[in-house]
Amino acid sequence: MTMEAATATLTAGNDRPVHSAPQGPIKIQARDVNVYYGDKHAIKHLDVDIPQHSVMAFIGPSGCGKSTFLRCINRMNDTIPICRVTGKIEIDRRDIYDPSLDVVQLRAHIGMVFQKPNPFPKSIYDNVAYGPKIHGLARTKSEIDAIVESSLRKAGLWEEVKDRLAESGTGLSGGQQQRLCIARAIAVSPDVILMDEPCSALDPIATAKVEELIDELKSNYTIIIVTHSMQQAARVSQRTAFFHLGTLVEEGPTDVIFSTPKDKRTNDYITGRFG
Amino acid sequence: MVTIYLTVFAILALTGFFAGHRRAIAVAGGNTRALHSLPTYHGMYTLATVVIPMLIVLLVGFPLVNMLAGQSAISHFPADLQADALKRAATMRDIVNLAGGRSMASVTGELQRAAASYSNVLNIGNWIVVGLGLLAGVGAIFLATGRISLTFRARNNFEKFVLAVLIACSAVAILTTIGIVASVVLETYRFFFDPAIKGKPGISEFLFGLDWNPQAAMRAEQGNIQTAYGFVPLLVGTLLITLIAMAVAVPIGLLSAIYLSEYAGPRVRAFAKPALEILAGIPTVVLGFFAALVIAPSIKGFGESIGLSVASESALAAGLVMGMMIIPFISSLSDDVINAVPQSLRDGSYAMGATKSETMKLVILPAALPGIVSAVILAFSRAVGETMIVVMAAGLAANLTFNPLAAVTTITVQIKTILVGDQEFDSAKTLAAFALGFVLFFVTLILNYIALRVVQKYREQYD
Repeated sequence: MTMEAATATLTAGNDRPVHSAPQGPIKIQARDVNVYYGDKHAIKHLDVDIPQHSVMAFIGPSGCGKSTFLRCINRMNDTIPICRVTGKIEIDRRDIYDPSLDVVQLRAHIGMVFQKPNPFPKSIYDNVAYGPKIHGLARTKSEIDAIVESSLRKAGLWEEVKDRLAESGTGLSGGQQQRLCIARAIAVSPDVILMDEPCSALDPIATAKVEELIDELKSNYTIIIVTHSMQQAARVSQRTAFFHLGTLVEEGPTDVIFSTPKDKRTNDYITGRFG
Repeated sequence: MVTIYLTVFAILALTGFFAGHRRAIAVAGGNTRALHSLPTYHGMYTLATVVIPMLIVLLVGFPLVNMLAGQSAISHFPADLQADALKRAATMRDIVNLAGGRSMASVTGELQRAAASYSNVLNIGNWIVVGLGLLAGVGAIFLATGRISLTFRARNNFEKFVLAVLIACSAVAILTTIGIVASVVLETYRFFFDPAIKGKPGISEFLFGLDWNPQAAMRAEQGNIQTAYGFVPLLVGTLLITLIAMAVAVPIGLLSAIYLSEYAGPRVRAFAKPALEILAGIPTVVLGFFAALVIAPSIKGFGESIGLSVASESALAAGLVMGMMIIPFISSLSDDVINAVPQSLRDGSYAMGATKSETMKLVILPAALPGIVSAVILAFSRAVGETMIVVMAAGLAANLTFNPLAAVTTITVQIKTILVGDQEFDSAKTLAAFALGFVLFFVTLILNYIALRVVQKYREQYD
């Protein structure tokens, strides 16, 4: 057993530093989650509670497993043949790896925004209408029109694109594309929005707009954001989890994690000593 | 002689390389960092300066000597023989044969003197060429090594030489194309406008005529049978067979591409993709007799069992097999195009809760559509130009019909039929093949151009 694995076993579950538990109802609960890519043990014995209607930030050095765990929550790892997940992840007390659960139904309730903006090569309108159409959320053209408008408004993009909804989504600027992807995700009225480094390809102004948007969205959605920017985690999140080498090292209220971390590794990371 | 020349050529080129290499090291006094270019480049530069003049001497010298020898030999014969191209060529053949020591039936004194003079000039001339080449090569080595100094830019000069070689190679391909097009256009022009060609149709008669029978034109001198060079039945036959082929190949090719790229596991894919591509490697003549001996009789048998009259060589048989031939084109190209759609688009769609088939229909196929269209157009132009299958399975009768169960003929089949065997190149019948070839070329050119434009548009689609 390597040193890292030994450390992981020790800090797993209840062995890690205890911070105040989240307030309010728990939306997502993970218990003893392990993820393997072939022989690689990518996530080790992960336990976490994610409260409803708040922003949870996952931070940590590259390759620490934070994106991997994020992709477990909407089972996007299913598309990778060599990936294997054990343990239990519950959303609203329902096990999402239960074989009787339909993954399409699950994903319809969880929106996802990716690192690189990935609008479909379709019109702005069709990008947003994509989800409502495939899930049959609207029957008439006017209902879809209403969903498109309200989603674009929530994403703060409506004023910029309302006169060119028929133009291609790929013709927008990077920041606009990312907000279009957010509008696309919220068009199906999800409960949870997963964001995988949503601002890493954006300039500071576009980043500020997206962060502002995340802050507004948290009153209606449970948001989980993976980020490499500790300032961003501090700005947008209520709770923060620090990952290192596949282990969730420490989790607690964001201000506590950034001011008085209890684990040495967390302290080293947020003070810039490694990672 | 040429062998000797080539041996000298090779030796001098190698000598040039090593001379340049050593000279560069000597100039630098062993410290090669002081040189502008690496010693190898000085060697290659010297080699290039040897190759250029020696190649010119080779390509100009030997044909020139040959021509001079021929002239000196033929001058032994009377002027009227020299003026007649046919007799002149026949005599030249005799001279060359005699000079080469092959036995002749009747040898006149004149011929003997001509042959002697021919060998003489050839022999002396060739040695002069070899001498010139040697001189040029050795001179080039001295010239090149003389230029080598610390600051001499051997690399830049050698790169210019390489650039010239690259240009020459692409020029060969382009000039060949131009040459082919020019010859087809020239013969087509003769077919339509040369007053010496009898029995030829007018352009509108050719393009819009409804009868095709080049044999009637051959017998025009014997009886008063009207010439028939109407292009329409051939065009209809070609399009009928091509459309049948596309109706087979597009759905099968596209659906198998979708299966291979999105649904098949890596193990199935590793086996199925090469297996599909083997189909592309089957010679069309093999597919042709498969069509003629297996498919056509079964279609005839099946058709007659349900009370249809089916020709033994039907458009359907040829079209089905041609469709089989172009399946790999469409499936392989479409597979590449579908795989080129970024994974991020798939992820985006799956994360929205879309199923695999929704993602395929709504995101991947629209994104890949321009590429798929260009694959289909390329396959189409390939089908229009296909010859062997239709020769064997479609028949020769130029029926103007849209019935897939009747025998039809295609442009390519008629070109082949016209040009098989001995031909005189001043009859309308033979030249008609060039006119057909020109039309065929024009159609495929336009299709390829459309495909190219679609592909260009496709490149701008995402990112």
